[in-house]
Amino acid sequence: MSQQTIISARNLNLTFTTNDGPVHALKDVSLDINKGDFVSFIGPSGCGKTTFLRCIAGLETPTSGDIAVNGMTPDQARQARAYGYVFQAAGLYPWRTIGGNIKLPLEIMGFGKAEKAQRVKRVLELVDLAGFDRKFPWQLSGGMQQRASIARALAFDADILLMDEPFGALDEIVRDHLNEQLLQLWARTEKTIAFVTHSIPEAIYLSTKIVVMSPRPGRISDVIESTLPRDRPLDIRDSPEFIEIAHRVRDGLRTGHSDNV
Amino acid sequence: MKSVLPIFSVIAAILLFWVVSVVPMNMHLVADQAQRDDLVVTPDTPTARQNVSGIGLALRNTHLIPLTYTFVRPNLPSPHQVAGEMYKTIFGQKITSKRSLVYHGWVTLAPTLLGFLIGTSLGIFLAVGIVYSRVMDLSVMPWAIVSQTIPILALAPMVIVVLGSMGVQGVLPKSIIAAYLSFFPVVVGMVKGLRSPDAMQLDLLRTYSASKSQGFWALRLPSSAPYLFASLKIGISASLVGTIVAELPTGARAGFGARMLVGDQYGQPLVSWAALFAAAITAAALVGIFGFIEKATLKRMGMATT
Amino acid sequence: MIATICALLVWAGGWWINVRLANGPQSHRASVRVLIPVIFGITIIIVWELLVWAYDINPVILPAPSSIGGRLIVEGPRLWADFQQTIVKGAMTGYVLGGVAAFGVAILADRSDFLTRGILPVGGFMAALPIVGTAPIFVKWLGSDWESKAAVVAVMVFFPILVNTVAGLKDTTAMQRDLMRTYGAGYWPTLLKLRLPSAMPFIFNGLKIATTLALIGAIVAEFFGSPTVGMGFRISTSFGQLALDMVWAEIIIAALAGSGLYGAITLIEKRVTFWHPSQR
Repeated sequence: MSQQTIISARNLNLTFTTNDGPVHALKDVSLDINKGDFVSFIGPSGCGKTTFLRCIAGLETPTSGDIAVNGMTPDQARQARAYGYVFQAAGLYPWRTIGGNIKLPLEIMGFGKAEKAQRVKRVLELVDLAGFDRKFPWQLSGGMQQRASIARALAFDADILLMDEPFGALDEIVRDHLNEQLLQLWARTEKTIAFVTHSIPEAIYLSTKIVVMSPRPGRISDVIESTLPRDRPLDIRDSPEFIEIAHRVRDGLRTGHSDNV
Repeated sequence: MKSVLPIFSVIAAILLFWVVSVVPMNMHLVADQAQRDDLVVTPDTPTARQNVSGIGLALRNTHLIPLTYTFVRPNLPSPHQVAGEMYKTIFGQKITSKRSLVYHGWVTLAPTLLGFLIGTSLGIFLAVGIVYSRVMDLSVMPWAIVSQTIPILALAPMVIVVLGSMGVQGVLPKSIIAAYLSFFPVVVGMVKGLRSPDAMQLDLLRTYSASKSQGFWALRLPSSAPYLFASLKIGISASLVGTIVAELPTGARAGFGARMLVGDQYGQPLVSWAALFAAAITAAALVGIFGFIEKATLKRMGMATT
Repeated sequence: MIATICALLVWAGGWWINVRLANGPQSHRASVRVLIPVIFGITIIIVWELLVWAYDINPVILPAPSSIGGRLIVEGPRLWADFQQTIVKGAMTGYVLGGVAAFGVAILADRSDFLTRGILPVGGFMAALPIVGTAPIFVKWLGSDWESKAAVVAVMVFFPILVNTVAGLKDTTAMQRDLMRTYGAGYWPTLLKLRLPSAMPFIFNGLKIATTLALIGAIVAEFFGSPTVGMGFRISTSFGQLALDMVWAEIIIAALAGSGLYGAITLIEKRVTFWHPSQR
């Protein structure tokens, strides 16, 4: 597998000016994400993981440093529709059906009628929601709505998927199921995924690379290349390798925390 | 406070538009008067001028433009004329004089406040009844909602005359109209407010075996505060409008509505405009006072939204 | 005496029926929920008729429902002409004019956060003012026919519709706007696909408030000058002739028109905002 860098950050700094003084959200963040990676970002609140994701998406502008997506600036990548973004809440429009919601980006991007219908069908199958295209969001459970939101992000074939704590509001049983499905999706579509989470087991289970971050100022404490095989059943979470990586993650979190205490 | 500049800008833009519009609005009248005063006017006959627009006339007779701002019977008075008239009749007259806007203001305000008080109290009582009695809820509430779509305001002058012929005069008839107009918004708003606590809160009280009365005072009444204040603000401005309308074509001699009519009937438009603005300022002040009470009360109750 | 007892009996009977219906097992059904207020209304009308008859109440003070009903039938054509003048030409023209203007200004103001922050408070202030007092001024400017009434109505409905539309356009969450940015969507797609549909509950709230204001404005404005047709005109002249039943007949027409317009807007609202929690 070729190691092609498609997201590259160098000495990224982002300071917010607020009423209570400047907030150093990101400090000297440097990271490379390769094609086909599944990278998780984990850390406590305020460590900058969501901010970093938003920088990649071009939704925030860094105060200094460089960041390149597919060789372009994040803004250019955004205009070129290089990625799909999944938020913490499903954010589906209640006045459109599920199918209508998935068509939203396709309409904006100017896809033709037949192609839109075809894509809707395809991505609904990918997330196991085939046949739900005429239902309304409020008729679906939380987990199903979030799956629809992921389908929407897949509809226009962006190579990169940026996900900001997408399963945070769901219960653990549903979450496990969705984790499995996400891994299968990743294997099938070979996309590059950047995933922000609060949950240590989720981060380790899903990723090929785990980035541990700590707050005040937001920075990277540790980058762990996962030694787990790409094909993982859920009970790999009880294996000794998994537990060892978990220890390493916890250590990274603790050192980050103790710097501030 | 960061809204201060935008608000000023919008108001300044409106004032600017007003000041500029004075010229074309009054130009025809000014031209006619100027001709009678032997000034040069182009074109020089009224019939010829009829075909020219206000703006056109203004461009051809620029020497007449300043006159449009001081004309005695303007179609559109300039802001300084309205302000001048208001100053004259508020500060330049004794408060008891029949030409004082303060006197007329009180004539309108007294029944507004009295009626508002009556209407609000009755409205709250009816709302409590509707919330606690299913029969009242299903039979009366639909009518309460429908009545908001009926332009009862049109009846206001009639009610005054009818009550007058029965010997009921003075503050009371107008208060009844004001009461009616504030009654329904308060009923609808209070019912919404008394019903606003969610199922979880109501269940909690059930686990305490709280009586209906305890539930009312401890939960329902405080929860209804934001809704009540919203209705009060609607109610007070409705009461004021109602009182003003009630003063209209029934030969009323005093009050804002009467002044607006008198100015219109006796060819003194400045009197009408001054009364209109005074009424507007009164309405704004009343709604503002209630808004202030609302903010203070909700803040103490921890329900402030900002 | 007998009539009073009859009236009391009717009232008690109507109330008893409603108690049975309201507390009975069928009380949730739509037909029952319509029936109860209707029974209440009919009871009031019967009691009213009996009391007027029993106490020989001066028809100037309170006419009997039967005489009002008679007037409605006899004066049909004149009532229809009044309706057209006041409601169709005055109120509805003004409603459409004011609504379109308000909507246009709201969209214009929406492009600038500065303007929005200025317009919301000023518009809310103007909405609380007794705008109906501008009626004589408009009559002087536009003559006494329906145009001046339409102008009053247009000004009266402008501010509530403007304030509600602006508030509705503001109501999207940051997350929804961010999603649009990730699609590279510009101002117009975002407006048409997200913010306008999202603003509909607010816009309809403004439109409903405006229907009542339109009616009031058109009728009251006619008190200040009108050709010999129109509901406000008819009310004030019938009143001068002490023909109170005609006054009430006009009020009933106004009430029906008001409820009808309000109901029509509510029906459209149900179709357009079917997705809102308050409609489900």
